[in-house]
Amino acid sequence: MPWWAWPAILFVVSFFLGIVAVLGGVGGGVLFVPIVGGFFPFHLDFVRGAGLMVALAGALAAGPGLLKTGMASLRLAMPLALIASASAIVGAMAGLALPAQVVQTALGATILGIVVLMFLAKKSEYPEVAAACPLSSALRMNGIYFDVGASREVDWKVHRTGRGLMLFVGIGIMAGMFGLGAGWANVPVLNLLMGAPLKVSVATSKFMLSIVDTSAAWVYLNQGAVLAMIAVPSLIGIMLGSLVGVRLLKVASASMVRKVVIGMLLLAGSRALLKGLGIWD
Amino acid sequence: MADMPANGKQYASEEQIAYASLLDQGMKIGFVVLVLTFIVYLFGFAAPHVSHEELARLWSKPVGEYLKATNTHTGWSWISMIDKGDYINFVGIVLLSSVTVLCYLRILPIFIAARDKVFTAIAVLEVLVLVLAASGILVTGH
Repeated sequence: MPWWAWPAILFVVSFFLGIVAVLGGVGGGVLFVPIVGGFFPFHLDFVRGAGLMVALAGALAAGPGLLKTGMASLRLAMPLALIASASAIVGAMAGLALPAQVVQTALGATILGIVVLMFLAKKSEYPEVAAACPLSSALRMNGIYFDVGASREVDWKVHRTGRGLMLFVGIGIMAGMFGLGAGWANVPVLNLLMGAPLKVSVATSKFMLSIVDTSAAWVYLNQGAVLAMIAVPSLIGIMLGSLVGVRLLKVASASMVRKVVIGMLLLAGSRALLKGLGIWD
Repeated sequence: MADMPANGKQYASEEQIAYASLLDQGMKIGFVVLVLTFIVYLFGFAAPHVSHEELARLWSKPVGEYLKATNTHTGWSWISMIDKGDYINFVGIVLLSSVTVLCYLRILPIFIAARDKVFTAIAVLEVLVLVLAASGILVTGH
């Protein structure tokens, strides 16, 4: 094949991943890294570097709108992002230091774990938080937003902030190690554990990725693991796909798309695991 | 205004609006630069350090082997190769990777003026974390 064939295929695949990611309500990185890492000839180092750029670009593009409308909360994000971004550096360094097969195996296991999480995790539109915990009160991690669907203002506060901060250490490490972005982990912690409303959790999670993935992306960039020929077509493909996905959102069947996303993750996770174990090269 | 809530009321704080405005500008500039520089690289308007054909032979190797085979150094050494097609792309990538630090520096005076010591400290620490990550001091490898 000519040199441009794989970047061209990558662009097309990224475009479709962008569509599916929006329809399935997942970040692009979580689909991108296992699928491209499993089925393209690029080394996992470069795929993870590109995956972080993809997740970072998506978060940067969404961030301003989410912040201005008050859906994402800077005060909620900043303490958690500080912990996660510092951890992401550790994760990125570990990911680049460990043998590729170990990372590939751990990536496969993590993706399959995400599939289980998607099956089991419930979502709560407006979690009941009887009282804010002392830490979140001191940090004023609370807010108010206008819920268009419900046509009313929603006051929110959070609890269990200490436990949330501890979990963000692990989330940051995984984001940096696998180049996944980490919306799949951020949202359950913000929503189910800390009690932020679902829309605030999703928006704040998306915004937080712009901070957390920045620190990991710098480590990959400085180590030479970001190749423009892989990262840029992926990034543009995902962005264009996301725009199409947003338009399709009104007509697509949510349950069908969710099954497709879970199926893709199951295949990609199994492929990564078996590739890492040397069973399916 | 497209970014206002549907009822037209402002719910975002002063620092949140300031952060969002700078993020919006930085992100747009970064994307435009990234796309333009990639066109320069893709169509060969500037000769790359690693030719397209050689890149295709090496992208399946671990990053350490790739760097050795192409005589490429880590960290900020790419600046010395900014005239090369493959490294000119780094301008856009670095812009996108730097915008968050700039946003934190933008909101820092707002926290200081409000005497919000905790968030001032958090913002300073975040800037330090991101600068440390960007510095290239943290070196690792397979």
